[in-house]
Amino acid sequence: MMHSPLFGKLSGSEEILLPVKPLYITATLLAALMINLLPLTGWVLGLRPDFVALVLLYWGIHQSRKIGFLPAWLLGLGMDVADGSLFGQHALAYSVMMFAAIALHRRVSMFGMRHQILHVLPILLVMQLIVLGVRHAAGGEFPGWWYFLSSITGALLWPATDLLLKIPLRQRSDPDEA
Amino acid sequence: MEYTPPPFFRRGPSLLARLGFFTLLSLILLYADARFHYMEGMRKVIAVVLYPLQELADAPGQAASRIGNFFVSQSYLQRENDRLSHENFLHAGQLQSQQALVAENQHLRQLLEMQERAEQTSTVAEILYVGRDPFSRKVIVDKGSSQGIEEGAAVVDDTGLIGQVIRAFPWTAEVALISDREQVVPVQVVRNGLRAAVFGIGYDGALDLRFMPINADVENGDVLVTSGIDGVYPTGLPVAVVSNIERNAAYPFAKITCTPAAGPNRNRQVLVMSRLAPLPDYPVAPEVKKGKARKARKGG
Repeated sequence: MMHSPLFGKLSGSEEILLPVKPLYITATLLAALMINLLPLTGWVLGLRPDFVALVLLYWGIHQSRKIGFLPAWLLGLGMDVADGSLFGQHALAYSVMMFAAIALHRRVSMFGMRHQILHVLPILLVMQLIVLGVRHAAGGEFPGWWYFLSSITGALLWPATDLLLKIPLRQRSDPDEA
Repeated sequence: MEYTPPPFFRRGPSLLARLGFFTLLSLILLYADARFHYMEGMRKVIAVVLYPLQELADAPGQAASRIGNFFVSQSYLQRENDRLSHENFLHAGQLQSQQALVAENQHLRQLLEMQERAEQTSTVAEILYVGRDPFSRKVIVDKGSSQGIEEGAAVVDDTGLIGQVIRAFPWTAEVALISDREQVVPVQVVRNGLRAAVFGIGYDGALDLRFMPINADVENGDVLVTSGIDGVYPTGLPVAVVSNIERNAAYPFAKITCTPAAGPNRNRQVLVMSRLAPLPDYPVAPEVKKGKARKARKGG
């Protein structure tokens, strides 16, 4: 990585990418779900960002016409079953997050990577706050401030997510090569 | 921020309407799950769909542990073998006397015309992963309802009680640990038979023995075993050892902290016990006249 997108002017808006296929979006979402299902424990689990949320947010901001509420909601239900949490808490949180992503997509993509992080962080925090609120209403107790660390690591991983998800969308320098 | 397309580019209902729809749907599901537990069937369907993905996600870790097992040193195996054969020897002695005791117990129960104790079967299961929900303490094991695991079954390891199966999916099961905040285990002090309840406090390594009066006969080092009066846990499983007692006259109850006897961090293998035979029904209260019954309820 010679020029980090974290510093300096973002070139992403000028870069011409290949059109995104719905199949690619589905594949990345499933991959994110699988990373979320990794059997982690201890502090690694505490620090682990919610990759499904991150990838959903990414597509919500960058391809807001190709992704809607339904995938977010269904993946939320999947996360609820996988985590054994209340049925619908992630679905609700992801739906609200998707709303924020689609509503803000023009604004966020105007900014450089550093400022995008500042947009992503509050969205992820609001998502976690919704989960917290739902659990609080259902009689759960506050697990501790470390709970919010996963939003911070998620926001910090935003540039990496951007780079990674864009790789298959880059145009080959020589189209005849393929 | 509000993005309204011109009328010739209609794209379905507005963003807010869609948000409202999905929020409402989620809230209905949440309410139905939290209050009435209506969603268990749907959970099972989704769990089956997710199962291959979960297996795939677990594969690297399991492969790593298998490779790790392959490279275990000779001396370690030798030492473990020595220890196990020693333990086996000790247990064999205990088992011999236990057989005599079981026969004697059965005989005495027959003499006293008491109910026979049901034989309990158990299934060995392996912990797949620790629950990811930060609001509860769970582990997920690799046996489910298709292997005969039922909801409510007690889960133990070689040293004592770990928890209870709260959801049995076809091939996996969720086990709530006794350290979960919502788990309560009815226990008995081995030394004097005093009954109490142990509460989880939300993290490993400590349990709370609540609602014991200040002068209760509990000492440091007392062993607590399940009392079995709840009809969920079998009698006599080690649960915890009392580790700290604070008796402050300002409070009605003593603050008693215990160290759990077992824990999911000790080893991967656990034993899922079968459900206990259902308890006999509550005795029916003798019929009394309405007026009297009301009075009695008031008094009680």
